[in-house]
Amino acid sequence: MAAIAVLLQGNEAVAEGAIAAGARFFAGYPITPSTEIAEVLAKRLPQVGGTFIQMEDEIASIAAVCGASLAGKKALTATSGPGFSLMQEMIGFAAMAQIPCVIVDVMRGGPSTGLPTEPSQGDVMQARWGTHGEHSVIALVPSGVMECYTLTVEAFNLSEQYRTPVIILSDALIGHMREAVVLPAPGALRIAERGEPDCEPDEYDTVTSTLDNILPRPPLGSPFRVHVTGLVYNRRSGAPETGDPAAAADLGRYLREKIYHHRDAIVRVEETEMEDAEIAIFAYGSVARSAMAVVRSARAQGVPVGMVRPITLWPFPTAAVDRMAEQVRTVIVPEMNIKQMSWEVQAAVAGRAKVVDHGRIDGKLITPTEIKELVKAQFPYHRWEEA
Amino acid sequence: MTALVDEQRLEESPTGDYELPKIKPHTTSEIKAHLRTAKTLWCPGCSNGTITRALVDAILGLELDPEKVVVVAGIGCSGRVSAYLDYSTVHTAHGRALAVATGVKAADPSLHVIVAMGDGDSSAIGGNHLIHAARRNIDLTALVFNNSIYGMTGGQMSPTTHLGDKSTTSVYGNVEAAFDLCELAHAAGATYVARGTSWAYQQLVNVIAGGLAHKGFSMVEAMAICPVYYGRFNLTSDPAEFLRSQKKHAVPASKFDEGGSRVRDRYPVGLLHHTERNEFVASLAKVNEKAQEASRG
Repeated sequence: MAAIAVLLQGNEAVAEGAIAAGARFFAGYPITPSTEIAEVLAKRLPQVGGTFIQMEDEIASIAAVCGASLAGKKALTATSGPGFSLMQEMIGFAAMAQIPCVIVDVMRGGPSTGLPTEPSQGDVMQARWGTHGEHSVIALVPSGVMECYTLTVEAFNLSEQYRTPVIILSDALIGHMREAVVLPAPGALRIAERGEPDCEPDEYDTVTSTLDNILPRPPLGSPFRVHVTGLVYNRRSGAPETGDPAAAADLGRYLREKIYHHRDAIVRVEETEMEDAEIAIFAYGSVARSAMAVVRSARAQGVPVGMVRPITLWPFPTAAVDRMAEQVRTVIVPEMNIKQMSWEVQAAVAGRAKVVDHGRIDGKLITPTEIKELVKAQFPYHRWEEA
Repeated sequence: MTALVDEQRLEESPTGDYELPKIKPHTTSEIKAHLRTAKTLWCPGCSNGTITRALVDAILGLELDPEKVVVVAGIGCSGRVSAYLDYSTVHTAHGRALAVATGVKAADPSLHVIVAMGDGDSSAIGGNHLIHAARRNIDLTALVFNNSIYGMTGGQMSPTTHLGDKSTTSVYGNVEAAFDLCELAHAAGATYVARGTSWAYQQLVNVIAGGLAHKGFSMVEAMAICPVYYGRFNLTSDPAEFLRSQKKHAVPASKFDEGGSRVRDRYPVGLLHHTERNEFVASLAKVNEKAQEASRG
């Protein structure tokens, strides 16, 4: 059968990706520029036997998502800056209680109400550190409509596999952009299903997850009669254990390491024209589209520029940045915020290359022309042919 | 009073003659079989243990399958009940129990979902979730342990601390009016509202059982005593004397004069409101039928 291209918006692709991933529960609250995700799922989920609920606010939305996930459903919510801020409390709960769920943040200009209809990448650090306390997260950044679909599927797989909230950092540009995409045939993408513990209910307290074997939690309302808590708990029994420093340290380190231990398996990075690059552009999300145009036009003139595009922003793609730092003399980091990821890149590069940041916070996309100027400055003796 | 859901209320079938289940009390060993532990962090003289026992008595009396019972709790003294009960239990974040429970119930309608909250938990930080759960008429039973104070943090005023009452944050007397949680839930659309006290144990068991048996959003306000904080500051630190005061203040709903002031010295107890209207999760199931029919058609 010939594959048929469909014209989809980024937000619509997220919604369809969620359904393909097996998500059967959405709770959300209307907010620009993410609302289409809720609207599509309000129509689509009932068709596939799922549940859509419009909650009273974003805190309630992520809370209901946690509840539905605990009851055995794959669940997601979608929001933007102000709502993402409100959700931090329950993202922390999901991280602490190890509840698989997906949070889509379609970034817009902030802080506060900010620029509701304009894109931004101002939430990348909030995605990492927005909730209080030591925890780890996974955050994925789509650069186009197709990735909105495939990364949503990937987000659910990762959330189930590592029992963790996974954040998708889209933005107003990606969310509202339309592209012709050929969606993967059903069955073409791997779908991770939640397993069941391989033991009897009365043995459940005696089995413990390890970094290499993260056990699934039985759903609420099963013979296992699980206890789920946001308090520090004993990793074996699940019982609250706030009086034992060793238990607190054991849990805290486990919650962090269960992601970092698998960093190589989780992290996805796209490297373009990096084999002989002297200059690298480190760009993600919608900005990577402009950066790609610069790499193409520079290469057409024989200028050795490459791009490192993190698809996984958290955990940070340390290995790829290491390779880049050993090879290039300058890393250019254009982003729609001020230095949020460039600080991180600078720390990882650790003086091995120069890091040039370029931030824009006016709600406008960083253009290829802007990035090209930064590249030009790195090749002062090259005679640029203007297109 | 004016209900927030007037239009829907017109379609309700008021059932003023609704009869509460009459539960025979169970033995301590039967109760203990539903507990993970009998050790609690509650202070001596606290009535949370009594309310917890009443909940288990109601569950046993209605012969609910313990494997299908889910208790979702908030944060505070009452929230700890989740760790003590041997059901599927979730100890959520402060104020968020009802929102989490909404997800649980919608994801698996076969579960009996009980939401244990304190007064601050349910009506301050979680007040928005309370009115919306009531408005949706989702089939949950909210059990509010109302001790009129924040006990876990050491005795600060809550939205149910009465005018003039003292607490560590109303040192000179509270200048805010208190919520009547039952009237709040009723106005927001709860279809079963009842109040019990830790003094009148059997009545408390029966009103909880009535809430569990009811299809729709039920709220049971359990008047708790906190001799250590509320009592010491305002009434008495003697638990027995505090309990006896509940006997004096609680007036059977049938004898309560609507015009009377709802101060701490006088409040109606028993079944206060009961009606039937469309339940949320059942309505969602109908939405799915409709959507699937349309996409086939």
